Amino acid sequence: MKRLDFFPQLAMFSWAVVTALPLIWAVTSSLKTDDEILNDPWSPPSSLHFENWARAWTGANIGRYFFNSLIVVGGALLLTMLLGSLVAYALARYPFRGNRIVYYTFVAAMFFPVFLALVPLFFVVQQLGLLGTYPGLILVYTAYAVPFTVFFLHAFFRTLPAEVAEAAVLDGCSHGAVFFRVMLPLARPGLVAVGIFNFLGLWNQYLLPLVLNPDPDRYVLAQGLAALSVSQGYRSDWSGLFAGMTIAMLPVLVAYVAFQRHIRAGMTAGAVR
Amino acid sequence: MRHGRWRFLAGALVPALVLHVVFVVSPYAQAFYLSLTDWTGVAGEAHYVGADNFSRLGSDTLFLDAVRNNAVMLLVVPAATIALALLLASLVAGPSKRWGGSAYQIVYFFPQMLSLVIIAVLWGFVYNPNTGLLNAGLRAIGLGAAARSWLAEPSLALAAVMAVIVWSSVGFYVVLFRAAIDGIPQELFEAARIDGAGGWSVFRGITLPLLKENVQVAFVYLGIIALDGFVLVQVMTVGPGGPDGATEVVGLTLYRTAFTYGKFGYATAMGVALFFAALTFSILALRWGRSHEEA
Repeated sequence: MKRLDFFPQLAMFSWAVVTALPLIWAVTSSLKTDDEILNDPWSPPSSLHFENWARAWTGANIGRYFFNSLIVVGGALLLTMLLGSLVAYALARYPFRGNRIVYYTFVAAMFFPVFLALVPLFFVVQQLGLLGTYPGLILVYTAYAVPFTVFFLHAFFRTLPAEVAEAAVLDGCSHGAVFFRVMLPLARPGLVAVGIFNFLGLWNQYLLPLVLNPDPDRYVLAQGLAALSVSQGYRSDWSGLFAGMTIAMLPVLVAYVAFQRHIRAGMTAGAVR
Repeated sequence: MRHGRWRFLAGALVPALVLHVVFVVSPYAQAFYLSLTDWTGVAGEAHYVGADNFSRLGSDTLFLDAVRNNAVMLLVVPAATIALALLLASLVAGPSKRWGGSAYQIVYFFPQMLSLVIIAVLWGFVYNPNTGLLNAGLRAIGLGAAARSWLAEPSLALAAVMAVIVWSSVGFYVVLFRAAIDGIPQELFEAARIDGAGGWSVFRGITLPLLKENVQVAFVYLGIIALDGFVLVQVMTVGPGGPDGATEVVGLTLYRTAFTYGKFGYATAMGVALFFAALTFSILALRWGRSHEEA
C-alpha cells in the first residue's frame, strides 16, 4: 500500500516546485512579448509569440551554434567511444607487461582538475595550429573524455564471458574481428550507458571551448548562449534570450523524457560502481 | 593464438595513447614546471623563478578572496546538498513507497542534464531585481520588502550562487541515494518498525549507517564541484566575480590572470595550488570515512 502522509508529501512537492518553476517560467517567457515579461513576470503569455524563437534561431545565431555543437560533439563522441572501448578492451582482456601502467596513466587523469592543464593545453593546441578549429576541439574533447570511458568500460569488459571470444578465435577470427563482431555487440548496454554520459558531458562543455575556440563563427551552443546573455541583456531583447535558452534546453528535455530511466541508471552507475 | 596479438594491441592502444599524452599528460606535466617560471607567453622567454609565484599568491588579495569563497563553498555546498538529497531520497524510497515518489524523482533529476551555462543564464534571470521570478514571487505574496538585488549585494551574492549549485545537484544524489536505500534488505526496516521505531530513528539507525559509503562518494564529488564554480560565477555574477570579489573563485582568477593579463606562469601556479587543495580534500574525505568505519 502506498502511503499518503501530509508532511512527506509537502516536502516532496515543494522541492518539485522549486525545481520545475524556473524552467516552466523560462519556457513561458520565451513565448511572451518583452512588455509582458517586464510588467507581468508571473502571468502566462496572452498569445504565443513563436517569432521570438525564429529571431533567436537565425538573428541571434542560435541555429549556427547548435550546428557547431552537433559537429564537435558528434565527432568527439564517435572518436571517444571507438578509442575508449578499444583501450578498455585491450587492457581488460590482454595481460602484458606494463598493462597496469597504461591503465593508470589513463585513469589517473580523471582526478586532475582541468584548470591545472588549461594554460599549457592552450599553447599545445596553438602550436599544433588547431586553435579555433573543429578538429582541434574534437581531439581535445576526445582526449578528456577517454579516461572515464576507459575506466567504465574496463570494468564492463571484464564481466563479459571469455568463452565467446575464445570460440570466435578458434573459428579463425582475427583479434580485431573478435572485438568488432563479438565483444562490441555484447558490450552494448555498457556502451549505451557511457555514451549517454559522454554525450551530456561533451554537449555541456564550456571551459574548454571558452579557451580553445575564440572564433565567434565556431562558437558551440554553451558559448553562444553565454555571449548572447551579455549582448541581448544590453539590447534588452528579453524574449529573444528566453527563446534561445529554451531552444538550447529542448533537445535535452526531449532526450530526458524519452530515455529518463536509462539516463538516470547510466549516470549514477559510475558513482556506485 | 599469438599471431597478430601485438599488432592488435598496438592498433588499439597507440592512437588513444598519443592523444592522451599530447593533450592530457603533457599539459599536466608542463603545468608543474611552468608554475615555477615567470612566463608571459612569449616562446623561449620563461625564466625559472622558483617558489616566487607561490609566495606572491599569499599576498594577492583577489586570489585570497577566491580561496575564501571556495572554502565557504566547500563547507556549505556538500553539506546542504547531501542533507536535502538524503531527506528527499528517504521520502521517495523508504520502507513503504510513497505516492508520486518516482515521478518526483524524474523532476528532481532534470537540472542535472542541463548545461551549467543554461543554468547560469536561467538563474541570472530568476535573480534579476526588476523582472526576475524571485522578486516577482516575493512581491506577489506580499513580501515585496524582502526583494533584493541578489547578485549585486556583497553579502548575498555568494549565497545566491551556492543556492544554484545545490539546486542543480540535489536530484542526482536523490537518485543515487534512493538506489542505495532500495538495496537495503526490507527485513531490516520491518524489524525496526515492529520494535516501534519511528521514521527518524529508522533513518538514523539503519538508513544512514548503510548509506555511509554513498554519502562519502557524494561528498568527494560535491567537494570537487565546490572547488570549481567557474561557469556559474563567470556567466551569472557582476564583474564577473563581484561585487567586490564576493563571488571570486580560484578558477576565475586563474582564467583571468592567464587569458586576460597574459601572466601564464603565475596563473599556472594557481592551478597547482588548486590541484593540491583538491588532492588534500579527497584524501581527507576518504580517510575520514575509513576512520569512522573502524570506530
